[in-house]
Amino acid sequence: MDIRLSSISHSYDDFEVMRDVSLDIPSGQIVCIVGPSGCGKSTLLRFIGGLERPKSGQIVQLGDPPENCLNPLTYIFQDFALLPWRSVSGNVSLVLEDHGIKGAAARRIIDDVLARTKLSDFAHALPKQLSGGMKQRVAIARALAVNPAVMLMDEPLSALDSQTRELLMDDLVDLWTRQPFTAVYVTHNLAEAVRLGHRVVVLSRRPGQIREIVDIDKPLNAREFGDADLDAQQKHLWQLMRDEARAADAELINV
Amino acid sequence: MSDASAGKAVVFRGGGFAPKSRRWVGFAVFVALILFAEWGTRSGWISALTLPKPSDVLATFRELYESGLLFKHLGPSLSRLAVGAAIGASIGVSVGVLIGLFSYVRSGLVPVVAAIFPIPKIALLPLFVIWFGIGEGSKYALIAFGTFTPTVVATYGAVDNVDRTLIRMGQSFGLSWWSIVRKIVLPGAMPGILSGLRISLAIAIILLVAAEMLGAEYGIGAYILEAGSLYDLERLFAGVVILSLLGVIVSALIGLIERRVLGWRT
Repeated sequence: MDIRLSSISHSYDDFEVMRDVSLDIPSGQIVCIVGPSGCGKSTLLRFIGGLERPKSGQIVQLGDPPENCLNPLTYIFQDFALLPWRSVSGNVSLVLEDHGIKGAAARRIIDDVLARTKLSDFAHALPKQLSGGMKQRVAIARALAVNPAVMLMDEPLSALDSQTRELLMDDLVDLWTRQPFTAVYVTHNLAEAVRLGHRVVVLSRRPGQIREIVDIDKPLNAREFGDADLDAQQKHLWQLMRDEARAADAELINV
Repeated sequence: MSDASAGKAVVFRGGGFAPKSRRWVGFAVFVALILFAEWGTRSGWISALTLPKPSDVLATFRELYESGLLFKHLGPSLSRLAVGAAIGASIGVSVGVLIGLFSYVRSGLVPVVAAIFPIPKIALLPLFVIWFGIGEGSKYALIAFGTFTPTVVATYGAVDNVDRTLIRMGQSFGLSWWSIVRKIVLPGAMPGILSGLRISLAIAIILLVAAEMLGAEYGIGAYILEAGSLYDLERLFAGVVILSLLGVIVSALIGLIERRVLGWRT
């Protein structure tokens, strides 16, 4: 299932935040969206998943989601959004219960996704007992459980320390390599973008517009920490963004 | 600077501001207060008219227990408290959740709740007697009405404080409205609801006495009022002690529930 955004514009009252964004998200690829703070990249992600409505423009799903897909557009949030009163497996089962999946069938899915995210030993732990990295892996497991057509990842690694971030990036690459998934990955971290993105979309500062789309052809599992050509890409992205970021930083916030 | 003795030790200034519960201190304060009263009344500088002797109150209490009257009074009181508070708290929680979730209900009912909150419910007792009769009905109604308002206020505050990102998460996974309320909003509001219940139930105990002012033959309130009108201070105090104990027990019960239900809190 592909997703097509056609000329999305948005404003709050007379405060323009996004202007004419058109973008194709091809299935089986990770599209990273980067941009200075306040450029509306998280808002764009909320549009794609239907949590918010743009003032104008359309978001279309092309083709049908896979057959056993419970929730085609599935988010992974920056702050994990785990229910603190449910255990790890309870948090995963939360999203299955509404589809009438209970008992042994739920057990099978939960065991599978926890194994894929290396959490099998922590099925009964409460979120308060987990480190940030583990919490985000629970959120990833929860997203995998509904077998999404497109994963919408909103700065998923921003709340984590840099070592944990590296580990989780490796995990994401592993997951993708074993079974390619479609994802829109919003981040302000260029290193994450060049590491995980097949395609990097650079947004300008407010009102957000597409500045450039950079395709990175190197296969995900061949990319490594500190790759020279990735560094070059990253540098190129930073050139694009630096002035925007500086200007965005100097703006007054009056939202 | 290798010689530690040459330097001055850094002064520790980080302590305090973190009260902890010390289990027996509260108990000791009670004992000390009672012993003080006993000593004062025995030595005579607190006259018998000012305060009854704690040992006499205890004797009255024992008499009450041995004559079987204690349970004759306690039974109806507890059932009034249980029924009234259960009605008031459950309606209060439901209305509070509705106020927390729906704009129109909120705009419509918040002023109404604010208007009835400060009414001394005791003043409405005659009205309840007309509406619900002189029997148990008016007593249930008074206690229920008294617990209702603080429960509503605590509940909608608690619902307001539920983490919105969790609700967005529920929506993003396509959970039904009812699932979101049941699995995300209610558990998330539970800490606030329980701390509201502490207040509501204390008010329920206060109103219990008021409810038993009219047409109750048995009940702690009736017992206290009878003792009061006879200026029988020992019996008055025995009744008051029962109410205090009731309050402590209710509070401990809620503490127990909090520990069981809210173990997930950090």
